[in-house]
Amino acid sequence: MSNPFSLAGKTIFVTGASSGIGKITAKLCSEQGARLIISGRNEERLNETFSLLTGVGHEIRQMDISEAENITGLIESLPQIDGFVSNAGVAKLSSIRFIKEIDLRNILEVNSIAPILLTKQLMKSKKLKNPSSVVFTSSIAGMYSSTMGNSMYSASKAALNGFMKNAAVELAAKGIRCNTVNPGFVQTSMVDFALLKEEEIDDIRKSYPLKRLGTPEDVAHGIIYLLSDASSWVTGITLVIDGGFTAK
Amino acid sequence: MTIEQFSDLIYSLFEVTPSNEITPATDFKELDEWDSLLALEIIALIDEELDISLNGDDIRNVNTIEDLYLVVMKKKKGE
Repeated sequence: MSNPFSLAGKTIFVTGASSGIGKITAKLCSEQGARLIISGRNEERLNETFSLLTGVGHEIRQMDISEAENITGLIESLPQIDGFVSNAGVAKLSSIRFIKEIDLRNILEVNSIAPILLTKQLMKSKKLKNPSSVVFTSSIAGMYSSTMGNSMYSASKAALNGFMKNAAVELAAKGIRCNTVNPGFVQTSMVDFALLKEEEIDDIRKSYPLKRLGTPEDVAHGIIYLLSDASSWVTGITLVIDGGFTAK
Repeated sequence: MTIEQFSDLIYSLFEVTPSNEITPATDFKELDEWDSLLALEIIALIDEELDISLNGDDIRNVNTIEDLYLVVMKKKKGE
């Protein structure tokens, strides 16, 4: 029997592939047979991700996508693709009264504007095949929940969810599906755990019905589902992957 | 900046704790009002007022306001 979750023969472009969820997504996509084009800011860490990929034909695009002028060239350099994982993201915690405009602009630039401009350019350059799939890494923050100090990040992810819904409807006629994965608290380097007391980390863990924090693999598996033919009739959804947190 | 001025600066972040409970010897993480948001605010305030970058470990490794003052002054000197 053929495996509907296989990515064999598909070319997948992943941003933010140098660490966290993007790194593991690239690795697991390659294990499902995909050919990867990975993008990220840090060359050394991007090479490390590259070394984890199974199979041949993978490519690297080292780039800072928060610089809008880089985006056209990056997309022009791509072959036709079957999947786009818009995963690059940044976070910075701040109470509302200490928000700095420069931080706010940077977070919106990387988390909201770059994914929109990348999608725009993929459409303009006709790089997405019919059929193909776009998956945005979003968050439960902004849509389903809030946490202390996370207002800038939440705003950026809420914008991304809104864009995805529109893209799903507009691009459906071209056979392009668009969805988000919306993880809960995932243990990656994005969060400065040192600020939290042991009890606070423990409280966060306990607040998840499945009694653990997420792993990059938990999220990557959702992304693979949305990239694969198993989700052929799925577009415009927010796939919550949160150990039951928002079900409470 | 004297330790008293520093202590007053930190006190400016607190909303409900009485001022006499915040002195250089105060173990500020034991105050009822203390939470991770205040930790963030201390980092932001020190960055804004003194142009010194602290990280989570700097906060984690101190107990009293005086300890924190010494860390800040050491960083200031090291510039």
